[in-house]
Amino acid sequence: MKRKNYAYPYLFWMTIFAVLPLFLVLLYSLTFKNGLKSGITFSNFVRFFEPIYLEVLLRSINLALISTIICLLLGYPIAYIISKANIKHRNTLILLFLIPMWMNFLLRTYAWMTLLEKNGILNKFLTSIGLGPLNIMYTNSAVVLGMVYNFLPFMVLPIYTVLIKIDRSLIEAANDLGANKIITFIKVTLPLSLPGVISGITMVFMPSVTTFAISRLLGGGQFTLIGNLIEQQFINVGDWNFGSAISIVMMVIILISMGIMNRFDKDKEGVNLW
Amino acid sequence: MVNKVLKRVYTALIYFFLYAPIIILIVFSFNESKSRGSFTGFTFKWYSMLFKDRQIMRAMYYTLLVAVIASAVSTFLGTLAAIGIHNMHRRQKKILLNITYLPVLNPDIVTAISLMVLFIALNLKLGLFTMIISHITFCLPYVVLSVLPKLKQLNPNIYEAALDLGATPSYALRKVIIPEIMPGIISGALLAFTLSVDDFVISFFTTGSGVSNLSITIYSMARRGIKPEINALSTLLFLTVLILLLLINKITNKEEREMSLIEKNK
Repeated sequence: MKRKNYAYPYLFWMTIFAVLPLFLVLLYSLTFKNGLKSGITFSNFVRFFEPIYLEVLLRSINLALISTIICLLLGYPIAYIISKANIKHRNTLILLFLIPMWMNFLLRTYAWMTLLEKNGILNKFLTSIGLGPLNIMYTNSAVVLGMVYNFLPFMVLPIYTVLIKIDRSLIEAANDLGANKIITFIKVTLPLSLPGVISGITMVFMPSVTTFAISRLLGGGQFTLIGNLIEQQFINVGDWNFGSAISIVMMVIILISMGIMNRFDKDKEGVNLW
Repeated sequence: MVNKVLKRVYTALIYFFLYAPIIILIVFSFNESKSRGSFTGFTFKWYSMLFKDRQIMRAMYYTLLVAVIASAVSTFLGTLAAIGIHNMHRRQKKILLNITYLPVLNPDIVTAISLMVLFIALNLKLGLFTMIISHITFCLPYVVLSVLPKLKQLNPNIYEAALDLGATPSYALRKVIIPEIMPGIISGALLAFTLSVDDFVISFFTTGSGVSNLSITIYSMARRGIKPEINALSTLLFLTVLILLLLINKITNKEEREMSLIEKNK
């Protein structure tokens, strides 16, 4: 069959627009241009390990980890509760979880800007009950809040998909064999839902590490994340070589963490958001 | 009993967290005064101002234009690609699948800056054209990945049966394979469309002055401060999404019910 020719336009397209650009970025990260001089160098990577930049990297990873943990703690119980509801309620509840996700994420972030503002609703409310105005806006807490709000569905959906697929008879068997509800949960439900938890973690952690819009809008200027650093290098500073080096580092971090996560997920429990 | 109440309260709190910000945006889109602290009176003026706002209307136009072109091109190329990949030998298949996963796994910002670097290296002026190319590039893998499973489920005998009955290969492709994999093609196209409409990061880096989509416009407006027109825009977009999803849900539920009826009557 000659059918495989059908893939060649795609291969051509992806080679030019997906593979080649990455090589260009790699090339930029390994070269320098200083006036007329240019050549090969590792200095862009070395520069990244200076304390100021390492701090940015650590802050990004730190905030992303906190957001992921909060999403897991908030998301698992709700996924569990929804999965236990009867079918009709279940579908409605999950649909309700999906609806905000279909709204542009910048609008959702913007909504929090209006809430957290100095003269915003939240502060008006807190002042009226005597808790005083809270200055959350433009802090790390606001960034974490924005991440949790935007990415919580990414945690809930995969866990939910795995939970509803668990064979009921396994839980009944555990009960028949004398396990109480808590033991059944710890010994049966939780281990079986781990693939969902793992994809949830990956799907929240990845966009949290790489975001730059959320931190820019809610975090203000002074709390730069690695995404902001890349944006800055390309848009404002114009140091493409250094920007490329940061991008390569970030790409490697993401690919390594995905690789580690994939190891845990032996069954390749695919998560389908659709 | 206590347990049940606890569950109810928890569920209510989570959904409150999800919807409170959106509801507040909607309420304040009808607020007379520009300030966000208090509700001073009911008005529709932000809606009429929204439709008069040249910047937002242009952004809307570019968003839809890019999404339509990008999803059409990527659906066409992606479906062909999936058929091609499905018929490849193991090693070739593996290479193509790896290339397919590349933009899916890569952080958006890396895809974005790499495309920007490429366009500038090729001396292309950043603008509508480069944005469309970028959107096609990140949508393509999703189309391929939603069509491929349908091809795997396909019974190869029906294609051969069509050939045995005298169909030419291209006729069999059009009349047998394409209809069979249609659900995959449609969900791929929808996915591409929504990804394109929602995209911010890749558009932000690959577009030039004068051409911005809705996401970029919201971002730049939000950075300059809060504008009540955005509340009106959010309300309209939220309602659109709500109505569309409820419709889709109703249709699929109906289909499921019909399917189960058919199964029962068998």
